[in-house]
Amino acid sequence: MRPFEYVSPTTKAQAVSLLASNWGQAEILAGGTDLLALMKDDVVAPKRLVNIKDIRDLTGVTYNAQGLRIGALTNLGDLADDANVRKNYPALSDALIEAASPQIRNMATLGGNLCQRPRCWFFRNGLGLLPKDETGKELVTDGDNRYHAILGNDGPAKFVSPSTIVPILIAYGAKIRVEGPKGKREVPLEKFYVIPKTETEREHDLQPNEIVTEVVLPASTGVKAAHYEVRQKQAFDWPLAVAAVALKMNGSNVQAARVVMGYVAPLPWPSPEAEQVLSGQSIDDDIAQKAADAAVKNAKPLSHNAYKVQLARVSVKRALLKAVSGGAA
Amino acid sequence: MRDDDSNKKEKQDERSGVSRRDFLKISSISVAVPLVAGPKAVLAAGEQVPVHGPGAGAMQFTINGKKYKANLEPRVTLLDALRDEFDITGAKRVCDRAECGACTVLINNKPVYACSVLAIEAQGKQVTTVESLMQQGKLHPIQQAFVDNDASQCGFCTPGFVVACKAFLDKHPNPTAEDIRHGLSGNLCRCGTYHGIQQAIAQVAQKGA
Amino acid sequence: MPDYSWPDAGHRTLIGKRISRVDSPVKVSGQAKYTYDVKRPGLLFGKILRCPYAHAKVISIDTSAAEKMPGVKAVHIIQKSNSTIHWAGDEIVAVAAVDEPTAEDAIRSIEVKYQKLPHLVSDAEPPKGAAEAQGPISMDDIDEMLDNQVPPRQMVEQIQQYGITSKPEEETLNGLKEDGATDDVINAIRAATVHPEEGTRPKSNYQKAAAQTVGDGEKAFAQAEVSSEGLYGAPVITHCCLESHGSTSEWTDNDHLLVHMSTQNVSGIAGQMAELLKVPATNIRVHQDHIGGGFGSKFGPDRWGIATAEISKKADGKPVRIMLERDSELKVAGARPSAYARVKVGAKKDGTIVAWQSESWGTGGPGGGGMPPIPYVLSIPNQRKEHTAIRNNIGPARAWRAPNHPQAAVITMCALDDLAAKLNMDPLEFFLKNIELATKDRQNTYREELGIASDLMGWKQKWHPRGQNASGNVVRGVGLSMHTWGGRGHASDCDLTLHPDGSVDIKLGTQDIGTGTRTTILIVAADTLGIPMDGIKLYIGDTLYPPSGGSGGSTTPGGVSSSTRRAAVDARDALFAKVAPALNAQPDDLESVNGTVRVKSNPSKSLSWKEACSKLGAMPVTVRGKNPDKSKPPDLTNSGVGGVSMAEVEVDTDTGVVKAKKMVAVQDCGLIIDLKMAESSCYGALIMGISYALFEEKVMDQTTGRMLNPNMEYYRLAGLNDIPELVVHMMTGKGYDERGVIGLGEPPVISPGAAISNAVANAIGVRVPFLPLTPDRVLAALSQKAGA
Repeated sequence: MRPFEYVSPTTKAQAVSLLASNWGQAEILAGGTDLLALMKDDVVAPKRLVNIKDIRDLTGVTYNAQGLRIGALTNLGDLADDANVRKNYPALSDALIEAASPQIRNMATLGGNLCQRPRCWFFRNGLGLLPKDETGKELVTDGDNRYHAILGNDGPAKFVSPSTIVPILIAYGAKIRVEGPKGKREVPLEKFYVIPKTETEREHDLQPNEIVTEVVLPASTGVKAAHYEVRQKQAFDWPLAVAAVALKMNGSNVQAARVVMGYVAPLPWPSPEAEQVLSGQSIDDDIAQKAADAAVKNAKPLSHNAYKVQLARVSVKRALLKAVSGGAA
Repeated sequence: MRDDDSNKKEKQDERSGVSRRDFLKISSISVAVPLVAGPKAVLAAGEQVPVHGPGAGAMQFTINGKKYKANLEPRVTLLDALRDEFDITGAKRVCDRAECGACTVLINNKPVYACSVLAIEAQGKQVTTVESLMQQGKLHPIQQAFVDNDASQCGFCTPGFVVACKAFLDKHPNPTAEDIRHGLSGNLCRCGTYHGIQQAIAQVAQKGA
Repeated sequence: MPDYSWPDAGHRTLIGKRISRVDSPVKVSGQAKYTYDVKRPGLLFGKILRCPYAHAKVISIDTSAAEKMPGVKAVHIIQKSNSTIHWAGDEIVAVAAVDEPTAEDAIRSIEVKYQKLPHLVSDAEPPKGAAEAQGPISMDDIDEMLDNQVPPRQMVEQIQQYGITSKPEEETLNGLKEDGATDDVINAIRAATVHPEEGTRPKSNYQKAAAQTVGDGEKAFAQAEVSSEGLYGAPVITHCCLESHGSTSEWTDNDHLLVHMSTQNVSGIAGQMAELLKVPATNIRVHQDHIGGGFGSKFGPDRWGIATAEISKKADGKPVRIMLERDSELKVAGARPSAYARVKVGAKKDGTIVAWQSESWGTGGPGGGGMPPIPYVLSIPNQRKEHTAIRNNIGPARAWRAPNHPQAAVITMCALDDLAAKLNMDPLEFFLKNIELATKDRQNTYREELGIASDLMGWKQKWHPRGQNASGNVVRGVGLSMHTWGGRGHASDCDLTLHPDGSVDIKLGTQDIGTGTRTTILIVAADTLGIPMDGIKLYIGDTLYPPSGGSGGSTTPGGVSSSTRRAAVDARDALFAKVAPALNAQPDDLESVNGTVRVKSNPSKSLSWKEACSKLGAMPVTVRGKNPDKSKPPDLTNSGVGGVSMAEVEVDTDTGVVKAKKMVAVQDCGLIIDLKMAESSCYGALIMGISYALFEEKVMDQTTGRMLNPNMEYYRLAGLNDIPELVVHMMTGKGYDERGVIGLGEPPVISPGAAISNAVANAIGVRVPFLPLTPDRVLAALSQKAGA
């Protein structure tokens, strides 16, 4: 790691004022599981780390009739174990338990998970977020892109969004709250993510001097939800495809569906095509298959990742069948 | 003064003051204004917030119930502080990226990867390493179970695994297969001792640790 | 003549029992000190600047900023301007500083300019019409091989096969020697045929070896009633030792060096360092207590190990530590060569195999590499084989647990399994039918092992013809593979001292690489002396002790147990000679059992061990046991084992995800010293096998020339949850025990990959050609089957 200065503010306002207005100057340190690795690999080299773990009101999970509020500093383990989450958002609990190891769950925070950087192996090897050679040729297009995007990949960004829990949060209708020099704002989580077009942009809409403060979920009454991921290893492995679904049910029929894929695009990838197929339907194997087909209809695989189309399709189908058959509320 | 202490002293003498000024010069973080040159602080939202580093500063730790002091830069990880400063070398440095679990220690009784915690953050917390599990020369039941079930070969992953297993069994005294699946996924072994480790867990779970 | 032979079953008190390894308590409690844990007073931290390009020329190196940096104690250029770099990650400059962050800062401040050169990192099948090198080798080529750390054996083979372009001057040979050429290489050059006319051949990445033939392949295929063709192979994988390679060196005075090194070869390191540092080997002391894995990759001091000594010299002899970072460990500290082949095999209708034909290729990095021993285990009567070695810009290859055998098993056992499927035969019956093609000495072993493995797996219930599966997207299958290995004990000297107070110490310059060497030595000594293991103090891991071979090729158990046995017998007999008068008996009528020296014919006449030792007089007795030692027969070690692995897998045909469900290993290794550790070796090998069968691959990106997964998230190792039910059966008793001690490290890791690949083929009805069996490959094979 390069040298940096370290500050530990105790209030959000302090934290915001200690951050910088450009990326690259300061980074927020929460769980540290991703940031320190990036710093050791010299992929990011902040001059200041702003440790936000001493800010008290950023932790905690509260639940009421309106829904769930999760402080951004809540660690993934506490969130997974939270009784209200288990009861009312079981698919989120599932996704959290699948995400990483116990040690990581004890360290990593929700906010950090939402803002983690792509796992792209060109990026992590210091070749850039939108890796190019000296002639400007994109490295991912001709290089080993087996884990890269199959959707939303027509721009220079070919990585996949790294969070395995964002898809289910979006499916549940999560909103993210951030605080910066201009005050607070709330954004639907799916709008929080952007596809960077230049090397200096990030994969989300957070400004360099903003902090994520909390995530809120609407009540889940009448919602059947599920999370499904395809991994090579049976635990603690980055997935090859993720699907999350939340179905607002009207009796046995779907009133409204959210289908969101992960690890397929530079963004968490909602599929209105699949949602449309599901609307008004009672989900059986055939409908689930049709929705899954629709979800990957526009996929454009790169040279080495056509198999991911199949994995995304299967994930969507299995998530749907799991939601309607499983114990999800 | 021991030789290694003199090494460090020399580096601090050469670097103190200078690096701080250089650092601020290159830094374009505009909102923070240094107030004083000595014990540093910046003004943030009308309050003074102490600034540590980039040079070394005094830090204090509680490790296995004992107090330790060191002069460290903020960029030093807890793992490197344990190993290189305090010669507590049970936790191993293997991946150094929160991937393998060989550096597992407990912070306030929860297992974490020491490679991915800055030493500066571990101050004021209870750090527990594998060295403290043995009490009065007697192995902890999970350690004894590792011995009985031949759950180590080269042994480099073993201390991290032992700490992770202890924390796991404290939380799940009667684990199901599913508990084990999720609960021991954070440690990797190269020699292939998982069979022995599974048996060791079963042994302790049966007896009750 | 004393009887050195191993005690028979009735007289073994410890040998062959289940005994916990003696160093487990220090390992589980974190007290075991590995090289990485050694912190010498005044320690300096070394770091290395590495070349980011796979092939490049160093144009200039500017270290001035690093040299001025406070806290930096030495800057050492490893490869000067004008050097050609042959793989990404190669060492350029090393620095040492008072702490690690400072060393990192210093490395970042060094400016190196490179001229990039074209690279090849792929090991794909040589394109048709690719230029091939077949000609003789020039002294420049040899120099390049040395630069590239090509293993000496490989160099010797190539020199012998291709000859050389011109007879070198003595001066040139001395130069090569200085650059690290071993005596074997120099001798091979001296003996090589000279082909001056071919000296101008063009450089090529593809080195094609002359075809090898056995019998008459063409005729045999013409007569074969059934034949099968396929593509098989295994990629380059890494060793991924959890303790990375590295060392700490310090000059204790002007010409004495103390080295702590993570090595499989304690006794052999000093000589290798001496040659390069130009000090007598006797001035170099090497020490190691514990090592965090080697698997074949830690036999030499390595360029970075030499650098620690050189930097220490520049830093007034202060200790300098360089332990590789994880990414370097995976990039440069060793890889298993890849091997792929197009194979055609033919058989008669009754299943008798008659013909083999293969075109194989693979890479061992810059040195190319050789053909794995195919066809493996079964000597097919008619063969035609061609091999092309790809010399490319990945890091150098190193021996990886059972070098070349896992690859040979995958190519052979999978090709034969496909042939069995084509014959509609159960592979178990098919292999049994052809077992006479195995070496005569092992045929019965294989028969017995296949039977036992079949019972333990439940093969008869689980095997089904290919693809005939229950419907649904989750299918199961079983597969098997066989393997062989040598495992004769290496050269080993053991000093055993009996003290008049009854205490005993043993010294060997061996090492315990996690295979239980300490425990093996103590079991043998204690069993022979008739005293408890904790009554003996064992010293290993230091050049102060008598030399013992490197721990590779499963040679350690045979080596150290033989030398220890001979030392212990001689020491015991020396004691008996002193004790006999006191017991009024002949020395050869004495025995030592349970801490008591007694008269065999009258056990009531006895002395405690301590009393007996007091008869030694004032001076302790030290004896040296050796292996091999023809003057002290019999040979206590042996060579040649056979083993079988069976796998049951479950494949999700929608996702291509493969899960191992059950693995069986049945293995012989002669006389087993510790049954518990022997089984652990097999469990571990099955687990390592699952890992390389399903997950491991060194991903080299042709676009950037880099390894893209030099970490432990995308260089996947199997986790605890990827491990299914494992069953291990060790062959013991008559027919096995009397063969003597044979090593076990390598054999059980050979077959799991092939067995798992065969199980997947059985499950899904089609061959997935290459390991690892990842979802993309499984899905591709399935879609090919659907399209066929």
